[in-house]
Amino acid sequence: MQEMIKSKLAELLSTGAVTKVIGWKRGENFYDVSPAAFESVESLADFVYDDFCGANLSKFLVKEPGKESKVAVVLKPCDTFSLNQLIKENRVNRENIFVLGVPCEGKLSEEKMRVMGIVGLTGCKVEGDKVTVETLYGTETLDKNDVLLTKCATCHSKKHVIFDELIGETGEDSDVDRFVGVAELEAMSEDERYEFWRNELSRCIRCNACRNACPACTCEKCVFDNDASGVAAKSNANSFEENMFHIIRAYHVAGRCTDCGECSRVCPQHIPLHLLNRKFIKDINTFYGDFQAGADAESEHPLVHFTENDPEPSIVKEGK
Amino acid sequence: MQIEKKPLIVAFCCNWCSYAGADLAGTNRLNYPANVKIIRVPCSCRVNPLFILKAFQRGADGVIICGCHPGDCHYTTGNYYARRRITLLFSMLSYLGIEKNRVRLEWVSAAEGAKFAATMQSFAEEIAELGECKRLEDLRCKK
Repeated sequence: MQEMIKSKLAELLSTGAVTKVIGWKRGENFYDVSPAAFESVESLADFVYDDFCGANLSKFLVKEPGKESKVAVVLKPCDTFSLNQLIKENRVNRENIFVLGVPCEGKLSEEKMRVMGIVGLTGCKVEGDKVTVETLYGTETLDKNDVLLTKCATCHSKKHVIFDELIGETGEDSDVDRFVGVAELEAMSEDERYEFWRNELSRCIRCNACRNACPACTCEKCVFDNDASGVAAKSNANSFEENMFHIIRAYHVAGRCTDCGECSRVCPQHIPLHLLNRKFIKDINTFYGDFQAGADAESEHPLVHFTENDPEPSIVKEGK
Repeated sequence: MQIEKKPLIVAFCCNWCSYAGADLAGTNRLNYPANVKIIRVPCSCRVNPLFILKAFQRGADGVIICGCHPGDCHYTTGNYYARRRITLLFSMLSYLGIEKNRVRLEWVSAAEGAKFAATMQSFAEEIAELGECKRLEDLRCKK
């Protein structure tokens, strides 16, 4: 798979069809695969596509003024939703992008393995729903479901919604119930929910990783970077700021969030931020009809659209 | 008469209806609680979700948003957008463990002075029952 992708990318670069490729590259450790840009055929030797390529590359395509050259990007199915959404919002020039769709069977989480006591990873092989990992201390076989990234465990679609060329085959929408976590929280009492979120959000260090990784967070000037707003980088000093930051961030991406799960994946404090975004997705689905951001480039954004028969806000009190 | 400062209620009122409704309540000599602080906005859809959080941050115990009845918006469609936004925000606040009764949205027209007074009265009673809002308060804003 990796070699097929590499040869296609090499062809694109050598013919001059694109000037740059955005893909993944191995970092210091085996599992440490991070986004990288490749500008020559030789540099593609470092290109990696394996079971640790969790990062969503769509965000790197957000247009930069003055830089208008054609770029190729390698996208997994869930990443194509993000790209579609960015195109819809005019944040990306479709003509300047070559999308190479690659299949994905769910990516693995090194952190989950570490919690299970598996450290010093040197190799990894997935066969069906079993994962064989090689470590400095020996070989182990694991259940794939136990070590999938949280976002992949509740994957909503394996279908590429936008691509120029596919390597392998595209999949189907899945019918996994991704709102289980949200429903669990909704079933709690208000006090329990408050305690839950206080426990989670109080760990926030305001590193802004969620904001930087989120493909929907593409404002040129973020409201939280406004010195005059009085809310910049204060969360380490006060609990309110954490609430404020996460509520507003989730709110700003409501209706645009494609549920790619990057926020939770990159959070160094392991805050389940996707539960905030999913709550909005669930609410939009229940109140205003099913909506999947990024599924197409035409549908009306639910928050800049209305019908005369929308439910009243009192529905929140009546429901649940 | 002793004016009670707490609980503090912030009311965002649309200039074209509820704000005029409050005026009407006044000219009709209808009482409504003195701890309701009205903030005039050009339209209910001017209320940014941040405003509501900010009000709680600054020590409000309840926030009520009043706008024109759906279909009667001065700008034709503003309150329809507001309705969607506010519904989602209320739902999110409840999800984070903030009591559902701390926030409310009511449609009050310029002719409904009595409704305005009655709404504020009932909302103030609800908030008085809930007591102070500690969950979204920012201690730095305490005077």
